[in-house]
This record gives sequence, C-alpha cells and structure tokens, in this order.
Amino acid sequence: MIECHDLTKDFGTFRAVDRINLNVPAGSVLALLGANGAGKTTTVRMMTSILQPTSGTARIAGYEVTESPAQVRAHVGVLTEQHGLYERMKGMDYLAFFGRVYHLPDSETRKRALKLMEQFGLTFALDKRLGEYSKGMKQKLALVRAMLHNPPVLLLDEPTSAMDPVSAKQVRDAIIDLQKESRTFLITTHNLTEAQILANKIAIIRHGKIIANGTFDELARQFVGDPIMELRVNGELNGFAKDLADTVNILESGTDWIRYRTSQPQQDNPNVLRRAMGLGIEVVTLAPITQTLEDIYLRVVREDEGITEETA
Amino acid sequence: MATHTPHIELNTPQSAPMSNPLAGFRQMMSNALIITRREVADSFRDWRILAPIVILTFLFPFLAQFVATQFTNYVDSFGARLIGERTVPFLLMIVGFFPISISLVIALETFVGEKERRSLEPLLSTPLTNTELYIGKTLAAMIPPLLSSFGGMAVYMLSLFFGEYQWRPQFLLVVQIILLTGVQALVMVAGAVVVSSQTNSTRAANLLASFIIIPMALIIQGESVIMFMAPDADSPRGIGALWAIIIGMMVVAVLFLRVGNSIFNREELLGNIIDKLNIRGFFAKVWRYARAVDDNGTPAKNLIEWYSRAIPYTLHQIRPAIKIAGVVFIIGFVAGNLVAMHPDFRLPLPPQDVLLTMRGQLHDFVFRVEVLPMGFILDQNIRVVILTFMLGMFSFGVMGLVIPPITLAVLGYICGTVFVAGYNPIILAGSILPHGVIELTVLLITSASALAMGAVVTRPPKGSTVGHAWTVRLGDSIKLFIGVILPGLLIAAAVESIITPRIALWSLGMM
Repeated sequence: MIECHDLTKDFGTFRAVDRINLNVPAGSVLALLGANGAGKTTTVRMMTSILQPTSGTARIAGYEVTESPAQVRAHVGVLTEQHGLYERMKGMDYLAFFGRVYHLPDSETRKRALKLMEQFGLTFALDKRLGEYSKGMKQKLALVRAMLHNPPVLLLDEPTSAMDPVSAKQVRDAIIDLQKESRTFLITTHNLTEAQILANKIAIIRHGKIIANGTFDELARQFVGDPIMELRVNGELNGFAKDLADTVNILESGTDWIRYRTSQPQQDNPNVLRRAMGLGIEVVTLAPITQTLEDIYLRVVREDEGITEETA
Repeated sequence: MATHTPHIELNTPQSAPMSNPLAGFRQMMSNALIITRREVADSFRDWRILAPIVILTFLFPFLAQFVATQFTNYVDSFGARLIGERTVPFLLMIVGFFPISISLVIALETFVGEKERRSLEPLLSTPLTNTELYIGKTLAAMIPPLLSSFGGMAVYMLSLFFGEYQWRPQFLLVVQIILLTGVQALVMVAGAVVVSSQTNSTRAANLLASFIIIPMALIIQGESVIMFMAPDADSPRGIGALWAIIIGMMVVAVLFLRVGNSIFNREELLGNIIDKLNIRGFFAKVWRYARAVDDNGTPAKNLIEWYSRAIPYTLHQIRPAIKIAGVVFIIGFVAGNLVAMHPDFRLPLPPQDVLLTMRGQLHDFVFRVEVLPMGFILDQNIRVVILTFMLGMFSFGVMGLVIPPITLAVLGYICGTVFVAGYNPIILAGSILPHGVIELTVLLITSASALAMGAVVTRPPKGSTVGHAWTVRLGDSIKLFIGVILPGLLIAAAVESIITPRIALWSLGMM
C-alpha cells in the first residue's frame, strides 16, 4: 500500500531524505521514528505529493506520487504536524468544507462526521467554534478530518501528542479498528510506547536515512541482543551464579538475584530452575527483563552515531 | 481475533476531463469556488473586515455625494462649473477605490496568514490543484471588497442621480471607472500573492505591501489628472487615456496572475522562505551568473572563454526574446513610416536642391565638435538602455518591448519623411547606417534581454524557482551589458560622432 524506493529529497545542497526504502502492506502500521529534523515530515510530504522527490519513487495506494498526485492525495488522509484549523469555523462546518473538497455528498459527510466525532467523544463540540476547542480536541478534530473521506492510507504525524490518556486511548483504539479494516498507517511519533503498541513494523530515520527497519522482535534481536532473564530467590544465592556460568551468560548478580542472557530460553530456563531446586534454593520468580522500544531506539541511534563519528 | 477485509470506499474527486476543455474549466472553477465560499464566509465572520466594508458601502458614498454637491456649488459660484463637473466622476472612482484597498489586506491575510497559522498544509494535502487553490483564494480576496466597491459606487451614483445634483454621466465613463476598479482590485490581489511568496509573516507581508500600494497610488493620481484634464473628458466614447490604462492594467493583471500561479505551488509554499534580505549573497549569486558559461553557474575561466562561450550561450538562451523584439522593432519602424506618410504629421523638409545649396553651412555645422560629441551620444544611449532594463524588470519585460522600439518608430518616421521629400536614399543611408547598424543591434539585444529577464518570473523553467530563474536572467543581462551592449554603444557613439558625419556629407557631395 505504501512503497518507497530510493526516495530522496534535496533542498538546494541539503539532503533532507536520503534514498529511503519502505514497504508497508495493506492493513499494517509502520511507525517512523526519529529526532526532530530527521526527515520524517519531508518523507510524509513526499508521500502526499506535496513535495516532489528529487529522485526515487513512491507508490501510495497504487498511485505514483509524481505521476498521479491528485489520486494519491485523494487516497490518503493526512494529520499534519500543525493541525491548521480554521478557528472561526464551527466543527461541523469545518468537516463539511473538507467533505466538499473531497466531493463527498453533504449527507454522507454529515453521517461520517457524526460517526467519527462520536467515536472520538467530540459530539458535544459539533456546533462550537474551533477557537474554543482545547488542544486535544483540535487534534482529534484534525484526525476526524483526515479520516473523513475514508482513505485507505493514513499518514499521521504525532497523532496523540497533545492528548490526555483517555483521548490517546480512543485514538489508538480507532487506529486498531481501522487497521482491522485493512487501512494502512504510517505514524511518525516520539511516543515510543505508543509506537510499540500500534506498529507492526518500526523504521528509524536519522539524518534522512533509514538506519533500522523491522518488527519489534527483529529490531530487539538485532540491536539489543538475546532476551535477558532475571532469577529472584528466597534467601542467598551462595555461589550459585558461578555454578551457572557454564550454562548461561551471566550479566550481573546480587545476593538474591541473577540476570543472564540466553538465546534459548525454552531450554535454558528449565535447566536453571532444575539446578536451583537441586541445590535447595527457593525460586521466587524467573522472568524476562522487558526490553522497550526506547532501549532499541537509543541503542540504534548510539550505534549510528558511532558509525557516523568513525566515518567522519 | 478474526480479521476481515471490508470493502473500502474510495472517494476520488472528479478529475477534469482532459478531452473537454469547457468541462475541465467548469470542474476547475467548481473546485476553486469551494475554497472561495469558505474564505468569503470566514471574512464575513470577522467584524474587523465587515465593519469597514459596511461603512465604505453605505456611509462613505453619502459623504462623497455631499462633498461633490457642496464642492460643485462652491466652484460654480466662481464660474468654475467645469471643475465641479469633473470632480463628480473623480469621486466615483475614489468611492470605488477605498473598498478595494481592503482586498489587499484580505489577500495578505488569506495567503500569508494561512502560511503563518500553518492552516495551508491540510489544504495542500487534498486533491485540489495548485491553480484551483490559487483561483479560489484570489476570488475570495476580491469578492467582498468588490461587492462593497460596486455597492458603494451604486449608492453614490443613485444619490447623485436622484438627488439635488441630478447627475447624468456619460455611460462609457462609468463603465471605465467600474472596469478600472475591477482591474485594480485584481492587480492588487495578484500582486499580494507575489509579495506573500517572499515572506511567511503577515507583518513582513504588510511591510512589503508598499510595493503595491505606492505604484497603485501613483496610478490613481495619474487617472485623476486625466479625468480632470483630458481633452476628451466629456466624450461619449469615454476617455482615451483611461482605455489605455485599463488595457495596460489588464496586461499587468494577467502577468501578475501568471506569476502568482507559478509561485502558488505546493513546493514553493512549503519550501524556503526569504525573510532576511541577504544583499551580499544576492549580488554574489548575480555576479556568478554574469560570469557563467551556462545556467548552472559554471564560471568562465578567463575573458576569452567568457566571450567565446558565456556570451554566445546567453544570446542563444534569449533567442526567442530576440525574435519577439525583432518583430516589435519592425512594427515600430513601419508604424513610424506610416505616420510620416500622413500629410498632417509630416515635417516640412526643404527639397534636396535647396539642401545642397546650404552645403557650406552644413559642413561648418557638422564639424563643430560640440554638436555631436561622443560622450553626449553615449550618455543618451546608456540612459535608454538602463531605463529599458529597469522598467523591463518591473513590468514583466513589457517595457523592454516599448522603449527601444520608440527609436525605431522615430527612425521609421525620419526615413518616411525624407523619402516623401524626395531625397536621394544614399543621403539617408549615409546618415544612419554607419552607426545605426551597431546601435540597432545593441538595442535589439537590450530589448530582448530586458524582456527575458522580466518575463521569466511569469514562467520559470521547470524545476526552477521564480527567484532563482530571475537571478540567472539578471546575471545574463549584466553579462550582455558588460560584454556586448556597453562596448557596442561605445563603438556606435564613436562612429556616430566621427565617421557618420563625414559619410553623410560625402553622400551630399560635400567632401
């Protein structure tokens, strides 16, 4: 649904996006992560045919961005970084305007607007002027605008950045629902927890280049390594950590806990438990240390910084 | 959880059928009007726009009507009724102009304001084309002020028509004032878009708006003088000079609209914005292109390469402009010639025989150095060239096709007059051709260069921004000025001062 091949954008001598390749199949969510100025917005703008790629190609919903810009924009819903609402308009009037722009019949616009506004808990604000909306309400309305014409592809820039937890949950639920309806999403965000919850695939962009791309598990394995297990016992370990060193890779240990890395938890964990019980050690818990997307992201960026410095 | 793939309804906007231009135009206007309707409604929601519009439509015309009546009665008491009569249509123009000045404010707000508030990007993400967005916004900026303007003019005219004054204006004069009002609004709005392109803040745009307001104020002053003093001010066919201004303003409006349309594209709108004036950087860039052997700014290695590659390349680049200027030169020459054929406009030249009896006086006259000094000729010609460049720059190249051809018209007139007087053509050729061949070539290049530089903003080359394209052409013009025009004028002045007089006298049999 979203395919980019060597997509590049130069502004004069500055290369904002550097030969990026992305493939997001229908019904999946790609989270595009990166620092401010990494090239996320420029990438999204090329995908909506707002900016012309300097080289490379991008196909969105089957349409090439340079050959069929109007078709691309018709099949894409965009939540821009700045919501850019018309403050003097009322909520319903605003959506009616965009409905006309997308050539939706007024009755259809109203039907869809009411449904989406209800889904996002905004029905009460339909007749309020947008200047009276809170920041979170404005963001939700901008999302409703992006979804109004029922596009198969949605490009969302920071979809929940200004929202309270309840509103953010509503938006995440809406994204999950739409994903089930085969809608395709590209989300740029700094909220890594959200990205981890929503995304099927994660791409990290830095200085205009994609430096990591894959599922969470793939990235975790690639950049953080094998899972880390933590064993907690009742009482003291009394040299048990040393005994285990021939079986697993001990990372660190305390008086009543051990952390080890294993590539085969299915085999190693029962083995560790058996040996502990054999020595009369009472095991309280054996659980994996949770690896977060934040760990992966920081690792990826640090590694890339190292590469960049070495190259320099 | 079971997943399903439901039918996705795709709402593709109707695209304009390419095979039917009329349907395509209708579709384009229909899409543009969606924008217009929203923006007009938004304008009318703002009391700061609404209040002056209401005042200028319903109150100001009555004030103008009162002033017109009182002033007419006052000057009439001194026997100067004519001044009063001419003031009435002038005030009609003023009643119309005040509201359209608001169009400039709305245009700056609608174009720059949206950029500033970042509300443009959601609109740019829709399937509307750049042209549809541009037309929609331009109409939105024009409609409320024009409604106010025409409303105010109607109120003013009706109050004078049915009031004490019993005004019965010339129909076409009223038409002219209405047309002027409309076209001035269009020029201001189209100009505002161009101004808007150079900034991303309303404050900066308002400051730059003086580039529109000042020329417009000068035009209004000119129009008012014409309305008072034109010999055909009471003509039922309207005032000739006003027709000329209307046509000229229409041309400017069309050119401004073209520039605006090329600037109002997604790439430019979200691209780099110039808010700081980097004069040194600008001149460095211009100088780079003045030395360049191509449009990429590759500098010539030395003077020989500059003359052998850079100048021929630029002349090749402006070839279409040279052809156009050539045609206009021929038209100018023919027009001058035709004027000379008319007995009313012909100079009373003495017959050739009489001229030949004055040989001695002519000889003394021609060889008095102060009559045709080289510096004077060069100074005059350089002034013409600089004026052509300067006016061409600010008139989309149009004035580049007006000033130099005047010389050709004069030349055509002289040739026609001399020919009709029955002079030997050798006399004419001897007096004009020696320096004329160089001078006319240089003028042709000047004209073409000014045209190319001014016109490039209306249609920048594909992939180039307006600013870059203009800078390249400015560099080209400087290149041609230094490399061709200035040396050419120097040689021509020398020839005209030293050689031409001798050849002219020789052709008269005096040498």
